Amino acid sequence: MLELTEVEYRYLGARTPALRGISLRLAPGEVVGLVGASESGKSTLCLVAAGLAPRFIGGTVRGTVMLDGQALGTLPPGEIAGRIGIVFQDPSSSLTGIMSTVFEEVAFGPMNLGLAREEVLARTDEALTALRIEGLAARDPDHLSGGRRQLVVLAGILALRPDYLLLDEPTSELDPAGARLVADAIARLAAAGGAILIAEHKTDLLARLCTRVIALRAGQPALDGAADDVWHNPSLTDLGVDPPTRIRLAILARAAGVDPRRLEAVG
Amino acid sequence: MVLATVTALQATLLGGLLGPLVLTGVLVIIPAVVAGVLPRLLRTAALVAAPLAISALLVNFFFTPNGATVLFQIGPITATAEGLRVAVEAAVRIAAITGALTLFYLTVPLGSLVVDLERRGVSPNATFVISSAVRTVPAILVRSAEVTDAQRARGLDTEGSLRRRLRGLLPVIAPVLLGSIAEVEERSLALEARAVARRGTRTLLWWPADSGLERFSRWLMVLSVPLIIVARITGWLG
Repeated sequence: MLELTEVEYRYLGARTPALRGISLRLAPGEVVGLVGASESGKSTLCLVAAGLAPRFIGGTVRGTVMLDGQALGTLPPGEIAGRIGIVFQDPSSSLTGIMSTVFEEVAFGPMNLGLAREEVLARTDEALTALRIEGLAARDPDHLSGGRRQLVVLAGILALRPDYLLLDEPTSELDPAGARLVADAIARLAAAGGAILIAEHKTDLLARLCTRVIALRAGQPALDGAADDVWHNPSLTDLGVDPPTRIRLAILARAAGVDPRRLEAVG
Repeated sequence: MVLATVTALQATLLGGLLGPLVLTGVLVIIPAVVAGVLPRLLRTAALVAAPLAISALLVNFFFTPNGATVLFQIGPITATAEGLRVAVEAAVRIAAITGALTLFYLTVPLGSLVVDLERRGVSPNATFVISSAVRTVPAILVRSAEVTDAQRARGLDTEGSLRRRLRGLLPVIAPVLLGSIAEVEERSLALEARAVARRGTRTLLWWPADSGLERFSRWLMVLSVPLIIVARITGWLG
């Protein structure tokens, strides 16, 4: 289990903490959504949970971050990378920039782990197949569309076979077609029982996947509970978050005196 | 990499006109023809070398001291035949060095360079620094074009007099630099997430072929450098 307890994180030189009072448990098979306005701390939370902050970007952290019972800060970076995968918003700056084929790009992580050559090849094939991008194996990753590039980045992380997957707005910089590709891939991973934390503005995507949702305001949890309860909470929009379309329509229908069940009947 | 480094060193050590010219022909032009990159090499090398070569030509032509054979005079500046010779030699040397480095840039894929360096025991962190440095130039060019367009769209005047152009430089340089730094930071984090900081041996899936002939040629080139130094010191090369 990936467990954050009363975590406070302050960037280097910052007067106020970017995160305060964050408690979160991500158990195997669980998909948790993270919502909130821009600058509410979603990306920072992903960095702290992935062990990248403060280790690589500085700053100070209080509280505890535990990975399967061990303090995350005590584990070597290579081991953390093999157990917690993180995908960032911009696929362009997430690629290595030195690999000339998608296959090599995806194999980069397992190669760094020093696994046997056969194991690296098997994991790379498996990740490409899981995201249905085997056909791109020989292509240059720098010459792919944004959506496909993000799939390659995701495959590169999956090839590390992490127990926990953190996705920081994985579709935010993609066009609708690219976003659909990535969303479908995440849905398949979630259905396969992965432990996933997704920070996203697109609540329709989260509504498809998440059982639990946390809404942040100024680095603190403002709402935390079962997905349906959070989506129906009237204060959600005050946090700068639009409920999923289905819920919004139901709210509007109710306000107009229409039975929302009739909308569902229409589809 | 050995070819480029040795050619650059040899061109510097040999001096004169014939040595660097032969070097350029044998170690730059012929390999470029074989690799099918000669037109690109000439274009890129000319672009890179032109400002340096022209400056070297002018400075050496007009300001070489102790020139006896005066060709012409413009005010206090005297152009001499000796100066012209030094200037042409300097330009040829610059052409040889630039040609060798451009050939390296055009014919060695970055991935192959990284894999080969790692195979020879260079740490992944060091290869990342090298590859980032190589990637930086084209990335900065793309970013500066984007920033210039964006600033022009907001009314920045980048055309016209030198003063105007200089005034338009700062609003372009600052975002380019800050953006590049941010991108390097993002890429570093993404690479950390892919275990690049792990200590220990990294698995390599392949490495560039390296035949006995290639190894022999490399050693020959490396050995030629101390030989040239000795020949220069003993006066054998004149």
